[in-house]
Amino acid sequence: MKTQLKYLIPFVIFLMLIGFFLKGLNLDPREVPSPLINKPAPMFEQPLLNDASKTFSSNSMLGQVWLLNVWASWCTACRDEHPLLMAMSQQIDVPIVGIDYKDTNPEALDVLSKLGNPYSAVATDVEGRVGIDYGVYGVPETYLIDKEGVIRYKQIGPITVAALQEKIIPMIKGLK
Amino acid sequence: MKRLLALFLLLLSLALNAESIASDPLVEARLKSLSQELRCLVCQNQTLADSTAPLAEDLRREIRELIAKGMTDEEITNYLVARYGDFVRYRPPFKSQTALLWLGPTVMLIIGFVVLWVTLRRRNKTLPNDYEVADEI
Repeated sequence: MKTQLKYLIPFVIFLMLIGFFLKGLNLDPREVPSPLINKPAPMFEQPLLNDASKTFSSNSMLGQVWLLNVWASWCTACRDEHPLLMAMSQQIDVPIVGIDYKDTNPEALDVLSKLGNPYSAVATDVEGRVGIDYGVYGVPETYLIDKEGVIRYKQIGPITVAALQEKIIPMIKGLK
Repeated sequence: MKRLLALFLLLLSLALNAESIASDPLVEARLKSLSQELRCLVCQNQTLADSTAPLAEDLRREIRELIAKGMTDEEITNYLVARYGDFVRYRPPFKSQTALLWLGPTVMLIIGFVVLWVTLRRRNKTLPNDYEVADEI
C-alpha cells in the first residue's frame, strides 16, 4: 500500500504543474497592476482639445468623483470602447474627462464630431507626458478618481460591460 | 568670404546646440545602461533600449531629461517604478511578494540534496551484506 502511494507522487506533481499552467494561460500578461491605485492622481494642466487657448486642470475636479479616459483617434480599441462611453455619459452621473493622447487635434475633433462626444472636457497630451505620469502604456485606459483626487480603479484596455457593472458602477456608488 | 564664414559658424553652432542633449556621450552611456535594465511595457519582452515602440521613445526622452536634471540612476528607476510598477524593472526587488521568486530555486536545490541523501542512505542499507565479499573473490 505504501509503495503504491509513492508512485502517485509524480502524478500529483504533474497535476499541480497542469494547474499552474492552466492558471497562467488565463492570466493576461498585458494587465500590469498599477502602482497608482489608492495614490493621489498626478496633477496636470493641459490645453483643451476644442480650444487650445484654454486649459483643463485636474485640480478643478477636486470634490467630485470622475473618470479619466485616455484615448486617441489612431487607437482602434478606443473606437470599440466609444459606444459604451456614449452610453455611460448619459446613464452614469459622473463626468468623463478625456485625454487625447499623442494625437493631432483635427483628427481627434473629427472622430468626436462623427461618433459623438461623451466627454465633459477633453485635454490634449501631444507629447505623452501626462500619459507617463499616469503610467499609461496602452490606450485606452480609464481611471476612476474620487473626491479627494485619489485614483481608485484603473481599467487597462477598453471598458467592458462586465467591468462597468461589476466594478466601476458599484465603486462610483460607494465613493459618492 | 567673411560673410560666408560667419554663416557657416552660425549654422555650426546651431547644429551643435540642437544635438547637445541628444549626443552628450555621458548622458547616452547612462541612458543605455539604464534602459537595458528597464522593460518596455508595450512589447513586454524587450528592454527600453531595444524597443522602437513610441512609448519607449518617449520614456528614453524622459530618462534623458531626468539625467540632465542630475538625478541618480536609482532615482530615475524609482521614478519609473512609481508610474509603471516593479514590472518595469528586469531585476525584481526582493520583498515579501517576490520572496518565493528569489528563494524558490535555492529551496528546490536544498530539497533535491535532501532527497538525494535520503535515497543514497536507503540504498546503502538495502545492499546485500555479502556484496563486498563477493566483490573480493
